[in-house]
Amino acid sequence: MRTRKTTLAAATAATTLLLASPALAQTEVQWWHAMGGSLGELLENITDGFNASQDDYAVNPVYKGEYNDTMTGAIAAFRAGEQPHIVQIYEVGTATMMSAEGAIRPVYEVMENSEIEFDPEAYLPAVTGYYTTTEGDMLSMPFNSSTPVVFYNKNAFEEAGLDPEQPPRTWPEVEEYSQALLDAGYECGFTSGWLSWVQLENFSALHNVPFVTGENGFAGTDIEARFNSDLHKKHIGKLAEWQENGIFSYGGRYSNSRPKFIAGECAMYMGSSASRAALNANVEDFEFGISMLPYWPEAEGAPQNSIIGGASLWVLEGHSDEEYEAVAAFFEYLSSPEVQAEWHQESGYLPITQAAYELTQEQGYYEENPGADISVEQMNLNEPTENSKGLRIGNFVQIRDIINEEFEAAFAGEKSASDALDDAAERANGEMEKFHRQNN
Amino acid sequence: MLKRVHFRRSYLPYLLVLPQIAVTLVFFIWPAAQALYQSLLIEDAFGLSYEFVWFENFIALFRDGNYLHSFRITIVFSAAVTFSAMALGLCFATMADRVIRGSSVYKTLLVWPYAVAPALAGALWAFMFDPTLGIISGFLKTVGYDWDHRLDGTDAMMLIIVAATWKQISYNFLFFLAGLQAIPKSLTEAAAIDGAGPFKRFWTIIFPLLSPTTFFLMVVNVVYAFFETFGIVHAVTAGGPSRATSILVYKVYRDGFVGLDLGGSAAQSVILMAIVISLTVFQFRYIEKKVQY
Repeated sequence: MRTRKTTLAAATAATTLLLASPALAQTEVQWWHAMGGSLGELLENITDGFNASQDDYAVNPVYKGEYNDTMTGAIAAFRAGEQPHIVQIYEVGTATMMSAEGAIRPVYEVMENSEIEFDPEAYLPAVTGYYTTTEGDMLSMPFNSSTPVVFYNKNAFEEAGLDPEQPPRTWPEVEEYSQALLDAGYECGFTSGWLSWVQLENFSALHNVPFVTGENGFAGTDIEARFNSDLHKKHIGKLAEWQENGIFSYGGRYSNSRPKFIAGECAMYMGSSASRAALNANVEDFEFGISMLPYWPEAEGAPQNSIIGGASLWVLEGHSDEEYEAVAAFFEYLSSPEVQAEWHQESGYLPITQAAYELTQEQGYYEENPGADISVEQMNLNEPTENSKGLRIGNFVQIRDIINEEFEAAFAGEKSASDALDDAAERANGEMEKFHRQNN
Repeated sequence: MLKRVHFRRSYLPYLLVLPQIAVTLVFFIWPAAQALYQSLLIEDAFGLSYEFVWFENFIALFRDGNYLHSFRITIVFSAAVTFSAMALGLCFATMADRVIRGSSVYKTLLVWPYAVAPALAGALWAFMFDPTLGIISGFLKTVGYDWDHRLDGTDAMMLIIVAATWKQISYNFLFFLAGLQAIPKSLTEAAAIDGAGPFKRFWTIIFPLLSPTTFFLMVVNVVYAFFETFGIVHAVTAGGPSRATSILVYKVYRDGFVGLDLGGSAAQSVILMAIVISLTVFQFRYIEKKVQY
């Protein structure tokens, strides 16, 4: 344990030292991120654009591996006093970051202390809401956000005698459509990635029911699970039932089930809206459409709105005022409509400002790429409520693991959906209690 | 009358072992002590505040039925990996020992898997057994076995055993091969002249003479199965489905490095450390007696 951490800290410290040697009389800012591959290139386009746009500041992006490597690396660096200025943290790390008073500097403070005009109203509330306090102060800058949507195989719909322009809107319709697809010879109706995120977290937001107590954790860390209500149990019970007859087919954690859709095995896939780029690149044999997540029609208040996943940028303490000025300038550039619109269109992530969304509309992007705006529309279905603003839960990584484990037990028929959710809630309560103690 | 011998007190021997002691202290004792200390704390990830809780982290672990489940599957996993990796390594080494033509090519190929990083080895096997796209799972489907390691715990366990074993065979192969080559040919030839067949020669002469190698490899393989397999589990099953493959070392990694629960993770690594130390002591005390040097 500690050996790894110490060497990690030493290694990160060494890299920081290497990178920190100023070549020019510019103020240099380190940005640790977790975007590999083509997303990493897009990210470097943004920093290159910023560095070329002015002479005072330079942002230096450093790829640190996966989300959890980046987070652990930044924390180890902080403990060694060698932290970067900006670090990209995934949404499940939000509670840990915001509890770290003295280690982080909230974004609204960075912006207020700078000379830059900062208007929190310009941002999309459904996106920034996840990262703001109950008073509306922005703690971190949303960077790559996505929301779950349904991708469906239009050719399969036609073969099964379904209207490819009328995707199912409710769960009973999903069942009906899937049955028709099975009858037409398909192996499975639908599959889903990121089970906890899509079928439990977003399910709660969309049906306007709480996931945990305390305003979904926004009000504090002394919280308890609420995701084992009757509505949740009914939904997971249905999934387990459908798993048996082929309407639903479980395909593993994360986005491991996506190949089932690409290979044409399942005709519908529920997953991150940011999968669109990957699907465009990999789907060859059929055309696919995008629609909103289904809901149970008997639930009051559904459909409410969905919540995001992805990551945001946190500013760490311990640097000079001048450097924070540079961070603020960079955030202003990052939020500009042109940069955001390009990032949104190229990466498939959500735009973070209203202006970027409108600019994309004006450019005719959504007409050329039908379905690309479904995610934004679904986020903005209604004004977010306490239940649909987002989630702020400590030890969230462990809790998602627990939920995945209990889901798998239910889908394999080892226990009933009702027991699985009760067990998940009980185990999750233990994790939340532990986090409460660690941070109070 | 005995002559009294005086040894002059000298600091030289101490000076000579000093580097060794320093290395042990810095790289083994210090981190282990840190882990021990950490396991008694409840601390936030950034280290901004902490609470000294004595053995609370340990008590919480043993109250958790899932942790005891981890224990059981770790035993199954380690025993299976150790046994199959050694048996196959020995089998390949005996065969490679007899090859005359192109033996170096053959040996090189057998050593290759060792150079593959654990996570990559895991990813390879995960691809081959992918329920939708995998070659092997596709084959299994045609012979009537519905492979799904994403929902079936036994399939998942077999898969990580296969992946972890494959990775370790090369190492065992190398040592067994060296061991075999150190056995004088005259011994087996003499036995052959006395009428012992290849099977009998192997079990009565070669296998007992290999026992120092076998013993050494057993210790190393157990440590490997306990400590170095989390990369494979991470890439193949992430501990699932349900908790079917959440072996002890994977839980340490997951809770500590991903979940950032430092106290709980440190407590688990202390327990793991204790298990491996006692296993090693046990092996040296009891099994080593059967070794013929």
